[in-house]
Amino acid sequence: MQNEQDHILNEVTSGEYKFGFYTDIEQDSIGRGLDEDVIRTISAKKNEPEFMLEFRLKAYRHWLTMKMPEWAHLDIPVIDYQDQIYYSAPVQKAKLNSLDEVDPELIETFNKLGIPLEEQKLLSGVAVDAVMDSISVKTTFKETLAELGIIFCSFSEAVREHPDLVRQYMGSVVPYTDNFFAALNSAVFSDGSFCYIPKGVRCPMELSTYFRINAANTGQFERTLIVAEDKSYVSYLEGCTAPMRDENQLHAAIVEIVALGSAEVKYATVQNWYPGNKEGKGGIYNFVTKRGICKGDNSKISWTQIETGSAITWKYPSVILRGHNTTGEFYSVAVTNNRQQADTGTKMIHIGKNSKSIIISKGISAGLSNNSYRGLVKVLRGAENARNFSQCDSLLLGDKCGAHTFPYIESANHSAVIEHEATTSKIGEDQIFYCNQRGISTEDAIGLIVNGYAKEVLNKLPMEFAVEAQKLLQISLEGSVG
Amino acid sequence: MLLIKDLRVSIDGEEILKGINLEVKAGELHAIMGPNGSGKSTLAAVLAGRELYEITSGKVLFKGEDLLEKSPEERAKDGLFLGFQYPIEIPGVSMVNFMKTAINSIRKNRGEEPLSASEFLKKMREKKDLVEISSSLTNRSVNEGFSGGEKKKNEIFQMAMLEPELAILDETDSGLDIDALRIVARGVNNLKSPLNATIVITHYQRLLEYIVPDFVHVLYNGRFVKSGGKELALLLEEKGYEWINAEEVN
Ligand SMILES: Nc1ncnc2c1ncn2[C@@H]1O[C@H](COP(=O)(O)OP(=O)(O)OP(=O)(O)O)[C@@H](O)[C@H]1O
Ligand SMILES: [Mg+2]
Repeated sequence: MQNEQDHILNEVTSGEYKFGFYTDIEQDSIGRGLDEDVIRTISAKKNEPEFMLEFRLKAYRHWLTMKMPEWAHLDIPVIDYQDQIYYSAPVQKAKLNSLDEVDPELIETFNKLGIPLEEQKLLSGVAVDAVMDSISVKTTFKETLAELGIIFCSFSEAVREHPDLVRQYMGSVVPYTDNFFAALNSAVFSDGSFCYIPKGVRCPMELSTYFRINAANTGQFERTLIVAEDKSYVSYLEGCTAPMRDENQLHAAIVEIVALGSAEVKYATVQNWYPGNKEGKGGIYNFVTKRGICKGDNSKISWTQIETGSAITWKYPSVILRGHNTTGEFYSVAVTNNRQQADTGTKMIHIGKNSKSIIISKGISAGLSNNSYRGLVKVLRGAENARNFSQCDSLLLGDKCGAHTFPYIESANHSAVIEHEATTSKIGEDQIFYCNQRGISTEDAIGLIVNGYAKEVLNKLPMEFAVEAQKLLQISLEGSVG
Repeated sequence: MLLIKDLRVSIDGEEILKGINLEVKAGELHAIMGPNGSGKSTLAAVLAGRELYEITSGKVLFKGEDLLEKSPEERAKDGLFLGFQYPIEIPGVSMVNFMKTAINSIRKNRGEEPLSASEFLKKMREKKDLVEISSSLTNRSVNEGFSGGEKKKNEIFQMAMLEPELAILDETDSGLDIDALRIVARGVNNLKSPLNATIVITHYQRLLEYIVPDFVHVLYNGRFVKSGGKELALLLEEKGYEWINAEEVN
């Protein structure tokens, strides 16, 4: 019985990463290492205003005083921060007619990733900001959106074109003092997206950013800021992939969301960075700080994440429920296979009265991986009638992997109601045999079972991405049973 | 259709099937009876391709081909169906999705086009009516929270959907009320044709009033010790297995 289980597990856990190619394009890179000069160089390359450089330098000086966090249930090798390249941008070779044109080679790269950059070929109803290494390559549908007063552009462009907005909100949700990786990001961040939805506007299309790491030895430090004014609505999707390489690469991002009165922001991530090979060689180190604030009354922020990639994931998309009657949601599916490690979850900070939060976390571990949920529900004194419901489930494939749950609850208000449920289950060899007997292959059986298990979260994704995510779940577990 | 020759099977070094011989021809219905632990489910599981068991000797041909070489899903594709004694729960996977995946996997392996959504739903309705299984069950996750009898009915429903050539039903009649028993019998009789065959494993001759077997075999301690017509079932019910035991000793 045990042998069979092992055999099955070995087979399904040897799937191939489908986005591991590398685009051979000239890169404008700076040398390895990090100091104030490097930061000045990055800022100069981006033509930033003075305030931005000052922000970076302050963050850098603060970072120097900080240490890597060690509390996560992760085994993180020593990272030499002086051995990284902090800026690398693809050089667009072809002679371009307009500023808006993109080197065909880059278009081809994004085509291969399933992200066409020509607007007519795009999924209708989705605007994309495509970011490669340290710069944004192209943002689609910018003009269409601008007609409604929506600003959707690369972060670098926002710094130049909308400095007042950036200045007002950048660092207001995740200050550079927040944590080690947030400080590092604030010092060296490269590109990301900026999105501003004016008062009363319902964004008519999905906005999305696609992040691609291409260059070797280069860290990606993206930064995204979303501001939703009163009574506005936007749904946002982020995707990411990287080439297969034996060396680990660093990715430390910040996403900040501000939702003002009665605004609603939905943020979904399909994280598929290169996870490393079966033996645990290579892969992205993914250290991300994502936080939103429901600043105005009746506002709502929801995070949905499908985490299948990265060698190490350290990530806790959170919501500060500042306004009254605000809602924070966190829906997560985190898959770890082979030797991947994930420590992920959320923080829901209840400040406003009648604030509500819901947490649905579905961990799936296979191979020799380690998968932890870590979540904090904090209710402050003034948060009368705060409500939280948390459901944390773990699904195991085999018995060599680990699943852990670390829920923290701190409540300073007696009227708060906090509920926590947790389950652990296993895909049994008898379930797989039952499917096999009905003619279903083992891989399809796992796909069926895993997607059934993650259904509640997958349903939160925009339709066209839900199908992709389903396939991705199955692919990431390929080779884990057979 | 099915030919078993001197099949010996062990688990953890202990021999459970000690030389099984059986021939099932198309159009036939065989019943296997025998006391608890005699190896009936083991035989069924080995035929369906469960890898748990070690096959130490013997040969099984299904439609002229070596069955033991094939994976469980290939056997399903070839038309073999096992009604489980203890059907498995698969939380979160809807019956509809499960059946659609099963049918289309089999079709794909046979080089056929997948059923369209409407063809599939039509088939689903038809078979649901046949086995009188309610939509409230087929709309749920596979066997999840089903009562014992509901699980058994669901096995028959799946059999009706998959239309196998050889169905092996492992105690599908156990735990059924009298109405359900009739329905199970109807499912089996409906499948009956000169081209198909069925093996029912049962403890009760009661089922055999509805499903008339061509042969009854008694499995005792890993061997078929007696075979006969449907009257053998009656005899067993009357005299118990002790009788066989005594005969064998003599
Ligand atoms: N996985 C297993 N591990 C150890 N022993 C097993 C296993 N499966 C079956 N056996 C043993 O093999 C013998 C035959 O079991 P089997 O389930 O085939 O009997 P059965 O005839 O179907 O009985 P029942 O009428 O109770 O269903 C029993 O002694 C049982 O304990
Ligand atoms: Mg049995």
